[in-house]
Amino acid sequence: MTCITQNLWLVPVLPLAASAVIAVNKQPQRKLAATLAIGSMVFAFLLSLGAFSVVLLHHGEEGVFREVAGFNWLQFGGQWLRLDWALDPLTAVMLVMVSLVSLLIFIFSVGYMAHDENFTRFFCFLSLFAGAMLGVVIANNLVLFFICWEIVGLTSYLLIGFWYHKPSAAAAAKKAFITTRIGDLGLLLGMVWLYAETGTLNFYAHGNGCLEHTALTTMAAHLTAAGMAVSTAIGLLIFLGAVGKSGQLPLHVWLPDAMEGPTPVSALIHAATMVAAGVFLVARVFPLMAQAPVIEGVVYLHSTTVLDVVTWIGALTAVFAASIAVAQNDIKRILAYSTVSQLGYMMLGLGVGGVAVGMFHLITHAFFKALLFLGSGSVIHGCHEEQDVRRMGGLRKVMPVTFATYAIGMLALAGFPLFFSGFWSKDEILHAAHGWPVSPGPFYLGCAGALLTAFYMTRQVALVFFGQYRGGVRQNAADAHSHKKDQPLSTESSQAGPPHESPAVMTGPLVVLAIFAVLLGFVGTPAWPWFDAFLNGERAELNFSRLTESGTLGLMLSSAVIVFAGLGLGWWLYGRRLRKTAEEPDVLQVAQPGAFRWLANKYFVDEIYAASVIRFNAGAARICDFLDHWIWGGVVLLITWVTMGLARLYRFMDEFMVDAGFDTGCETLREGGGEISAWHNGRVQNYLRVIGVALVVLVLFLTWWRKS
Amino acid sequence: MTPLQGCLLVSALLFAIGLAGAVTRRNAILALVGIELMLNAANLNFIAFWRFGPHPEALTGLMVVIFSIAIAAAEAAVGLALVIAIYRHRKTINLDEIKDLRG
Repeated sequence: MTCITQNLWLVPVLPLAASAVIAVNKQPQRKLAATLAIGSMVFAFLLSLGAFSVVLLHHGEEGVFREVAGFNWLQFGGQWLRLDWALDPLTAVMLVMVSLVSLLIFIFSVGYMAHDENFTRFFCFLSLFAGAMLGVVIANNLVLFFICWEIVGLTSYLLIGFWYHKPSAAAAAKKAFITTRIGDLGLLLGMVWLYAETGTLNFYAHGNGCLEHTALTTMAAHLTAAGMAVSTAIGLLIFLGAVGKSGQLPLHVWLPDAMEGPTPVSALIHAATMVAAGVFLVARVFPLMAQAPVIEGVVYLHSTTVLDVVTWIGALTAVFAASIAVAQNDIKRILAYSTVSQLGYMMLGLGVGGVAVGMFHLITHAFFKALLFLGSGSVIHGCHEEQDVRRMGGLRKVMPVTFATYAIGMLALAGFPLFFSGFWSKDEILHAAHGWPVSPGPFYLGCAGALLTAFYMTRQVALVFFGQYRGGVRQNAADAHSHKKDQPLSTESSQAGPPHESPAVMTGPLVVLAIFAVLLGFVGTPAWPWFDAFLNGERAELNFSRLTESGTLGLMLSSAVIVFAGLGLGWWLYGRRLRKTAEEPDVLQVAQPGAFRWLANKYFVDEIYAASVIRFNAGAARICDFLDHWIWGGVVLLITWVTMGLARLYRFMDEFMVDAGFDTGCETLREGGGEISAWHNGRVQNYLRVIGVALVVLVLFLTWWRKS
Repeated sequence: MTPLQGCLLVSALLFAIGLAGAVTRRNAILALVGIELMLNAANLNFIAFWRFGPHPEALTGLMVVIFSIAIAAAEAAVGLALVIAIYRHRKTINLDEIKDLRG
């Protein structure tokens, strides 16, 4: 057991402690809050690096390096509930990613939130989030995982609703909380069931964990009522939790609305880390999901039901969200749908290619999506809280650093060949999907998604950075209500002026993230699949011949063609004829008004939910209210009246019957006592006299009685 | 008149005298003397019933009386101590004036 594993708990506890200190500080001290938050993240990052290097040192030994440590938390019955954490390649990679991205975004926030009066509260929540997220990452125990998972959900709620005086933000926060709660219910049920089946919630415990061979084979052989293996059912329930958190298809509605929060929050929580927690969960319990069920003695090896579900949901989400992103006008909303789409890719990767494929995209995506969000934050800041891409334009010249980094992020996201991380990770997913034996469907969906991704990112960049600046014309009040001001409290929002570049505290993190967005791709190329090997505990070998193997090269070429097609189409539609004013309709809107309306309204999913689930819920609530008011309320009122009547009766009986009898008795007793007390005069000789007389009388009586 | 009857008669007389003394005297010490007399009347009864009873060889009555005398000695000591204590407290041993036990 290495010392770093023993002390791995420090990584989440440091930010948590920072958040606690900020929270209990009476006077909001901006400098202290920012210093504490950033300082704790620096230490967490250094520790994470240490953990990573330890894993790296042991890499190449037999099997996957894995160490667990923990403590007994509480006892129930004869068993102890343990909280365990683990250090393995998956954890190490995530630790470094989360702490680095968090650190950069913390630094960025200092600049972005500089004018906000609730600066300290913001950093308190951010630190709490970072601590909980790191807790999720190191957890080797579903209980610890779930606790941190829920704290993460809570901070997401708090930070989306950070500007709670804005009704849309408050509503978005509620929506996010409730929607993810639906998924979390599935996760909780899965957890309980898993405990019932295996008697442990530890992932790995030297052969006794619930993700290890013994438990898995037991679960796979055990069937539920519907003829499904228990492992499958539990896997599906846990996946439901991941669906909620990662914004997959039926529960994706909260993620775009979550953009109501401050932009650093969107970058950190709703793009880079928290939403990836769902993907991480699937990666973490991958052995359970990949466990082939044994039904009637036959082992199904090709793929499992759970992974099929993961794959299909991921693929559908990827295309679905990407197509919506095409028709959005809010800069953050485009990125939000892009995030949903990319999370779909990760799920697809996990389903078809295993942990390494999905996780690689998670890591690269975290960097370039954080970069894009921070870039959009910088744009919004520079354009005086304007979020509508139609009102931007021409920012290339005034914001050169932001433009350069944003372009790198955009090319990485679009998957521009060879030089950007997104290309390699997306290509790996497509490659795995191509080889999927069950169905070719996900592969084609993935390709379509890649085309759309390149297209909408080109559209966004063309609208924001090219052409001429179209802002500063929103004086007409009729139009003003449609704009959401990102930072209503900021002093700058009231000033209209030319756009400007953001300060160095904001552009610095952008540059660092941009470097990572490029470099990270090279740890997972087909020629040198180091990342893959690292997670699986194998050695990576540099082998260029793999690049030219028929399948790989063909796929790389075709995905490059797809990307170029998307970029070209986007440029042809939006870059060639640049939009002159903010009011003119979109090119697609002119060409295909019907389809554009569908996309712009997000396929009316929100409306469908409003008409089905929410209306049903409201109806049920109304019925309950009616029952409460009239039926149960009436019953309660009746009982009240009956009780009051009875009470009156009792009072009457008490006063006029019981009390009267009692009073008379007491009076008699008192008078009798008064008379007798006269006898009790304290002269002992008197008593003796009475005794003597009584004795004589007794003797006389006895004598007389004997005789007669 | 059998010896038993004689003894009982004497002891009844002794008891009556003791009772009269204990009831009538105002002096606490004299009341105590009366009580002692009654006690000894009871002792005399014990002796008489033993001596003229069915098993005079068993020494039971004698034993009880010796016990009783020992207890009487202790009781006299306690009684006199009480009287002295009361006297110290109230400067009198007139029983009519000591009536704190009044209900």
